[in-house]
Amino acid sequence: MMMNEPSLGLEAQISCRNFNFYYGKYHALKNINLDIYKRNVTAFIGPSGCGKSTLLRTFNRMYELYPEQRAVGQLLLDGKDMLARNVEANSLRARVGMVFQKPTPFPMSIRDNVAFGVGLHERLSKGEMEDRVEWALRKAALWDEVKNKLGQSGMSLSGGQQQRLCIARGIAVKPEVLLLDEPTSALDPISTMRIEELIGELKNEFTIAIVTHNMQQAARISDYTAYMYLGEMIEFGITDQIFIKPQKKATEDYITGRFG
Amino acid sequence: MELHARRKLTNRIALTLALLAMSFGLFWLFWILFTTFELGFSSLSMRLFTEMTPPPGSEGGLLNAIVGSLMLVSLATLVGTPIGILAGIYLAEYGQHTWLGRTTLFINDILLSAPSIVIGLFVYAIYVAPAGHFSGWSGVVALAMLVIPVVIRATENMLRLVPNTLREAVFALGTPKWKVITRVTLRASVAGVLTGILLAVARISGETAPLLFTALSNQFWTLDMNQPIANLPVTIFKFAMSPFKDWQDLAWAAVLLITLGVLSLNILARVLFRDKHRV
Repeated sequence: MMMNEPSLGLEAQISCRNFNFYYGKYHALKNINLDIYKRNVTAFIGPSGCGKSTLLRTFNRMYELYPEQRAVGQLLLDGKDMLARNVEANSLRARVGMVFQKPTPFPMSIRDNVAFGVGLHERLSKGEMEDRVEWALRKAALWDEVKNKLGQSGMSLSGGQQQRLCIARGIAVKPEVLLLDEPTSALDPISTMRIEELIGELKNEFTIAIVTHNMQQAARISDYTAYMYLGEMIEFGITDQIFIKPQKKATEDYITGRFG
Repeated sequence: MELHARRKLTNRIALTLALLAMSFGLFWLFWILFTTFELGFSSLSMRLFTEMTPPPGSEGGLLNAIVGSLMLVSLATLVGTPIGILAGIYLAEYGQHTWLGRTTLFINDILLSAPSIVIGLFVYAIYVAPAGHFSGWSGVVALAMLVIPVVIRATENMLRLVPNTLREAVFALGTPKWKVITRVTLRASVAGVLTGILLAVARISGETAPLLFTALSNQFWTLDMNQPIANLPVTIFKFAMSPFKDWQDLAWAAVLLITLGVLSLNILARVLFRDKHRV
C-alpha cells in the first residue's frame, strides 16, 4: 500500500492496524492500515459498497448493535486499543461522536435534543446546561435561527436545520472526533454549503472523518482523502495530491469519472 | 386510444364494485347504530345514573352496573397495560432474533384471536372454582388477559416502526440501551401505543363472555371486588333475555351507553394518532 508520509507535527488520533471487518461471513474490510490526524478533515471516497461507511461505523463501534458483525485487528484512539474488552462502547462514543446521512432529531424540544447527550456523561447545573446548549448551537451555526424557540420540537425544523441540530447534539458532548456519514446527501445545495463551511470551522477543535459520495465536496473540505474500493484502502494521502496527482491508476480512474 | 378507453371502463367497474361493497357494510353498521339510538334514547333518563338495577316489574337505573363496569375495565387496563408494554418492549427491542421472542410473538398472536369465552372459562377454572365464588377480581383477571395481547401487539408494532437510523443516532451519543428505549424510541411511538391501549379498553368494555364466568353480576350496589359485581354487559345479557318490558328498556339504555363509550374511545384514538403523525 502506498502512503504519503505524515508531515512533521501531525498526530494520529485514530489508527487502524491490520484491521478487518466481517458482516457474518462476508469480508467487508480487508487489512486496513490508516492514520486519521488530529484536527484535520479526512474524507473517505469510493463507489457504493466499497466499505467507507462500514469503516466509519467501526470508529465508534456502532457495528456492535448487530450481533452478526465483527471487527478483527487493532483500532487505536490516541494510541489505546478501542476494541479491547475493557473499553466500554458508551464511553468511547462520548469521545467519538457521529452524524448520519438522514437528519435524526429526537422527538423532544430543540434544547433537549442538544442537552440529551451531555446529560448522559456529565452532571451539569441548569445554568451550565443552558450555556452548553447555546455553545453547541453557536458552534453548529444554528443559534440565531433557533434561540427564540428552544422549546419547540426538533422535528419542526427544516432538513438542513435538523442536520445542524444533529451536529450541535454531537459536539455538545465535547467529543474529540466527529464522524460524518454522508451528512449532506439528503440536503439542498444551500444547506450543504452551510454544513461545509461549518466543517471548516469545526476542524479547529475536532478531528473530523467524513464519508461522501460527492468528490467535489471531498476536494473542497478535506485535508486528507482515502480512496477505497471493494473493502480495500487503495490510496490515502493529502487531498490535493490525491486529486491532482494520484499515485494509483485506480484512484485516477475513479476521480476522473472513468469509473464508479 | 382503444386501450385507454378499456382501462377507464375497467377502472369504473372496479370502483363501482368497491363502492357497493362499502355501502353494504355501512348499511348494516348504520342500521345497528340507528336501532341502538332509537331504542336506547327512549329509555334514557337521569334515573340510569342514580338508581340501582331494579327487580322485575319496578323502576330503576343502572348505577351499580355502570360503576361496576368502570371498575372492572379500569382495573383490568391498569393491570394489563404495564405487562403488555413491557412484553412489547422485550419483543421489539431485545427478543427479535431469539427463540423466546419468536415463540412469544407466535403465542401472543394466538391469544389475540382467542375467543373471549375461552378466557372466561380458563379464569373460572383457575380462579373462581378454587375460590368457590364469583368475584370482581376474577373478572379483572379475565379482562386483563384480553388487554395484554392487544397492548403487546400495539407496542411491538409501533416500536418496530421507529426507524433504525433514529435508534443508531441515540446509541451514537453513548446512550445505554434502556435509556434509548425509555427516552427516545418509546417516546417516538407513544401515540401508537396509546391508541392500542384505547382500542383494548374499547374491546373489553363490551365483553360479556369472560364476565359471565367470573364477575357474574349483582343486583345490588357493591364496591367489594371479592364479591360478584354488577357490570353493563352481563346486565344487558340478563335483562334483554328477560320477558319484562322495563328490564328490556334498561338493556337498550345500557347498550346505548356502551356504544357511545366505545364510539368516543375509538374517535379519541383516531384523533390522538392523527395529531401525533402530523408533527
